[in-house]
Amino acid sequence: MAARLAARRLLGLAAASGSASEVAARRLAPSPIAAAGYAAASRAPVSRPFSTALNYHIDSPENKPDMKWEFSEANMKKVKEILSHYPSNYKQSGIIPLLDLAQQQHGGWVPVAAMDAIAKIVEVAPIRVYEVATFYTMFNRAKVGKYHLLVCGTTPCMIRGSREIEETLLEHLGVKRNEVTSDGLFSVGEMECMNWSDCVVISDVKINFIHISGLHWQGCCVNAPMIAVADYSKGSEGYSYNYYEDLTPKRVVEIVEMLRRGETPPRGTQHPERKNCGPAGGNTTLHGEPKPPPCRDLDAC
Amino acid sequence: MAFVARALRRSKPLISSRCPVTVASCRWISPTAAAGSPEAGAAVAPADPELPRPREPVGGARVELPSNSEDALEVFVDGHAVRIPKGFTVLQACEVAGVDIPRFCYHSRLSIAGNCRMCLVEVEKSPKPVASCAMPALPGMKIKTNTPVAKKAREGVMEFLLMNHPLDCPICDQGGECDLQDQSMAFGADRGRFTEMKRSVVDKNLGPLVKTVMTRCIQCTRCVRFATEVAGVQDLGILGRGSGEEIGTYVERLMTSELSGNVIDICPVGALTSKPFAFKARNWELKNTETIDVTDAVGSNIRVDSRGPEVMRIVPRINEDINEEWISDKTRFCYDGLKRQRLNDPMIRGPDGRFKAVTWRDALAVVAEVLQQVKPQEITGVAGKLSDAESMMALKDFVNRMGSDKVLCEGNGPSPPADLRSNYLMNTSVAGLEKADVFLLVGTQPRVEAAMVNARIRKTVRATQAKVGYIGAPADFNYDHEHLGTGPQTLVEIAEGQHPFCSVLQSAKNPVIIAGAGLFEREDQDAIFSTIQTLAKKYNVTRPDWNGLNVLLLHAAQAAALDLGLVANPAESIKSAKFLYLMGADDINLDKLPEDAFVVYQGHHGDKAVYRANVILPSSAFSEKEGTYENTEGCTQWTIPAVPTVGDARDDWKIIRALSEVAGAQLPYDSLQAVRDRISTVAPNLIHVDEREPSTISAEVKPPVKQQVSSTPFKTIVENFYMTDAITRASKIMAQCSASLLKK
Repeated sequence: MAARLAARRLLGLAAASGSASEVAARRLAPSPIAAAGYAAASRAPVSRPFSTALNYHIDSPENKPDMKWEFSEANMKKVKEILSHYPSNYKQSGIIPLLDLAQQQHGGWVPVAAMDAIAKIVEVAPIRVYEVATFYTMFNRAKVGKYHLLVCGTTPCMIRGSREIEETLLEHLGVKRNEVTSDGLFSVGEMECMNWSDCVVISDVKINFIHISGLHWQGCCVNAPMIAVADYSKGSEGYSYNYYEDLTPKRVVEIVEMLRRGETPPRGTQHPERKNCGPAGGNTTLHGEPKPPPCRDLDAC
Repeated sequence: MAFVARALRRSKPLISSRCPVTVASCRWISPTAAAGSPEAGAAVAPADPELPRPREPVGGARVELPSNSEDALEVFVDGHAVRIPKGFTVLQACEVAGVDIPRFCYHSRLSIAGNCRMCLVEVEKSPKPVASCAMPALPGMKIKTNTPVAKKAREGVMEFLLMNHPLDCPICDQGGECDLQDQSMAFGADRGRFTEMKRSVVDKNLGPLVKTVMTRCIQCTRCVRFATEVAGVQDLGILGRGSGEEIGTYVERLMTSELSGNVIDICPVGALTSKPFAFKARNWELKNTETIDVTDAVGSNIRVDSRGPEVMRIVPRINEDINEEWISDKTRFCYDGLKRQRLNDPMIRGPDGRFKAVTWRDALAVVAEVLQQVKPQEITGVAGKLSDAESMMALKDFVNRMGSDKVLCEGNGPSPPADLRSNYLMNTSVAGLEKADVFLLVGTQPRVEAAMVNARIRKTVRATQAKVGYIGAPADFNYDHEHLGTGPQTLVEIAEGQHPFCSVLQSAKNPVIIAGAGLFEREDQDAIFSTIQTLAKKYNVTRPDWNGLNVLLLHAAQAAALDLGLVANPAESIKSAKFLYLMGADDINLDKLPEDAFVVYQGHHGDKAVYRANVILPSSAFSEKEGTYENTEGCTQWTIPAVPTVGDARDDWKIIRALSEVAGAQLPYDSLQAVRDRISTVAPNLIHVDEREPSTISAEVKPPVKQQVSSTPFKTIVENFYMTDAITRASKIMAQCSASLLKK
C-alpha cells in the first residue's frame, strides 16, 4: 500500500511537471519501495474508478436516453412484487432492487434508458435514479461482457498478488479495465472486500463463531487472491455469481478458458490441498466439537 | 453573498479597536477577535463577568416568540441566555444570540442537508461537536461557539474542504464574494497537509446563463436543493460517491428554469458563476445601486452593479414581501439589453425615409409645429409598459392640455376596470399567497407572466399541498395543478356550481382567484370579471379578513397607469389619431393607424415602434432614472439611477415638460418633486414609497353586466418569457436563452 501511495504521489508529480519527473524517478529509484511502487503504478491507471463508467452519460450506439427499454413480462411480475414491499407513497425505496433486476435482464449492465424506465415506475425524476445508480459501484452503467470478472483489490488480496492476477487477465484478454473483449464474452473490473463470499464459504463448513464475529472478520481473506465472476451468459434466469479463490496467474487463465468453452470451473478455492477455507492439507486444530465459550453459562457469571 | 456583508460587519469592530466596547460586542470566532477580547472584556465589565450583555440577533433580525410561553425555550449560547421558539435549530439559536456560525450547505430558504460540517459547535455534555444547522435546540442546551473544540473542528472541516478545492482564486469569478474564501480566512488554518493530486471534475453545460467550473465544487448541494425545491426542475443531482462525487445532470441537460440564475448566488464557491458576467469585472470594482426591476409587474428588488457608465450585472435584494431573495432570469440577465439598440440622439425621419440626428431644439420644434396643425381630438398619447408614474402623469397632463383625453397605457385593453383599485391589484399581496389553500388561475400563466409570483405559489403548494386549478391555454407548470378547461365556459360552470372543482373551492379556507391581465384585452372582459365576482361571492373569496380576489398584471407600468387614469380605448384612439405620441410603447397595434398620422416615438430602444415613427426622442432607461413604479400588489417603489444616460437622452417626464413649453401649453412642474406633488393629487398612494397600499373599497358598485361570455378560449399572453419588452428584446443573452431554453 505504501508503495502504491508513493507511486501515485510520484505519478502526480510526473503529471504536474513533465521532465522533472524523470529526474525525480531516477533520484528515487535506489529506494526499493519507490522503485516497486513506480513499476506497479506504471501498470495501473492513475485514478482507479471502481465503477464501470464515468459519473456522466456519454451517448453510444447501445446506450442512449431515447432508446426504448422495458422490463420483460416475467420481470414485470417481479417489479410488482418488489414494489409491494413498500408503501405506495414511498415507491422510490424500490430503486435499488429494480436497478438490480434491470441489470440482470440487460446482461449485466443498466443502460440509461432502463434507469429512465425505472424512474417512471417509481414515479420520481430520472436524476434520482441516476444518483442511486452512480452511487453503487456494482451497478454497471457501461456494457460488460457475458462473464464480468471482478478482481478483488483489497489489502489481503493485493498482498497475495491480485495486481498480477488482474494484469494477467487483462493481458490474456487483450483489454483494458472495464473494457469488453471484441467477442463480447469477457470484461474485467475491480471489486473491493469480497469478505462476504468467504463468509458464505465458511458458513458452509458450519464454523459456529462466524456468527459471533460477523461479516467483518478479516480471516476470511485467507483464500486471497480471488476473483468474482458474474455470469450473464444464460440470461437473467440462469444468472450465477461465483467466486474463485487461491488463484495463481496460471490458474486464472485456465478458468477464463474453461468459461470460454462453456464449462463450469469448480467454484471456491482453487488450491488442490485446501478444502473451503480450511488449512492446506487438512485441519490442524478443531479436530473435535469445539467447547462452548465459558461465558455462555450465564448463571455462573 | 450574504457572507460578504457579514464578513464586513465582522471586520468593523476589529478596525475600530479604539472603542473597546465594540470589540467586546464582537463575538466573532476569528483568531484576532479572540485575542482581542480578554482585555476588552476586562475593560467593559470587570465587575460582573457572570452576566454578559445581551446581543443583537445577526443582521438585526427580529425573532417572534410564540405567545404561548410553552412553545418557547431557553438555551445558552456562550453563556448568554436566549429565548427562542420551539423547533429552532442550534444554528438559528446562535443567530438569535448574535453569533454567526460559518456554513456552506445550510441556507435558510432550502431544506437542511447537514453535509458540509462547517457549522460544528460544541454542546455541553455532547461527546462530539454537533452540526448546528441540523441539530434542534433543546431546552437548557449550553452551546459554545468559540471554544478550542469548536475552533479545531472548523479548522479540520475547512482543511478537508480545501483539500480538493483548486487554488485558482485569482482567476475565479467568485473571488471577493466567495464564502469559502472568506470563511477560510476567518476559520481555516494557515496551511494544509494535503500533498496528493487534487481531484478534477468535468465541467457541465447548464445553458447560456450558468457557467460551471465543477472542480471548484465543494458538494454543498445547495444548487441541487434549490433546483428541486424552489425552481421545481428536477435535473440536478449528486452523482458518484466518495472523492468522485460530483454535481451534475448525468444525461446532458440544460437547466430550463426561469429561476436558474439564482444558483449563481447560492453557490458558496465559484463552481456556478454567471456566464455573461464571466471575467468581466471584480465585485469590488462595482458600484452597487439598490433599485427595482421593471421587466414584469412584480417589481423585484434588485441591486444594479455598474462600473462607470456600464451596467455589469444585476443581483437580487432581499424583500420578503415581494421576491424573497430570488429573481427571475429575465430580471437578472436583461442588462445587456441596456447597451444595445439604444437611441442616442433626437432624430427626424427625412423625406428619403431615413432618420437624421438633430438637436433637441429642432426635434421639439418639429413636433410642436405638427401639434399645432392637428385637431385636439386627433392627438393620442400611449405610454409603454416600462413607463414610470412621473412620465405617465406628464404625458396625461400634456395630452389633456392639448385638448384631448385619448391617453392610454399599452396592455390595459379597451375598458380596463380602473374605477376601483381592488379590481386590478393583487389584493392578497404576494406574500399573502402563502396563506392560501386553493388557487384558481384564470387565463394567467404565472410562470411566464410573473415568475416570482409563481415561485410563491409553488412554495405554498409545496408547503401546504394547496390545490391549484387552472383555466387557460395548455401551459407548463412546475407544481401539481389541475387543468380545468381552456375557456370562459369552464369559469361559468364553476360559478354555477356544476364543475368538480367547486367542491375544492367550497371546502377551501383561504381560496385565491388570480385573473390574468391578459383578460383586459378580451372583448368579453366585463362578463368574465363579473363571473369572477359572482364566483368570489359564492365561494367566500372576499371576506373582511381575507381578500383572495386578484388580478396579476403583466407590465411594470400597468398599475400606476390605471391609478393615474390612462384608460382610453386603444382601438378608437389609434384609429382616429393624426398625432400619435408613443412613450416607449412598442407592443401597441398600429395597423389601424391612418397613413398620414404623425408618430413621435419617445423611448430608450430602437424597437418595433421606431419603424413607424417620424420623430425619435431618446429617453433614459429604468437603470438611468429616478422613477416611481407600482407593482401588481400595489406596492410603490422607486428606481434609483445607477448609470448615466446614454448620449443625448433625457428623462421621459422632462422631455414632455420641454415639449409642452415649445408647444405653448407649459406643464406646471419643473422638478421631480413637483411632478410627484402633482401625482399626489391624482393617486396619493404613488407617493408612499415601499409601502403596499391595499385598496380600501372592494364593494361591487358596478351595474350588472348584460354581456355574455364568449366561447373563445383564453390565449397564452406571454409567448416568450425571455423577450417581453424593448430591453429584453435588445438583449443578446435573452436571445440566446430563447433560442436554447424555450421548449419547442
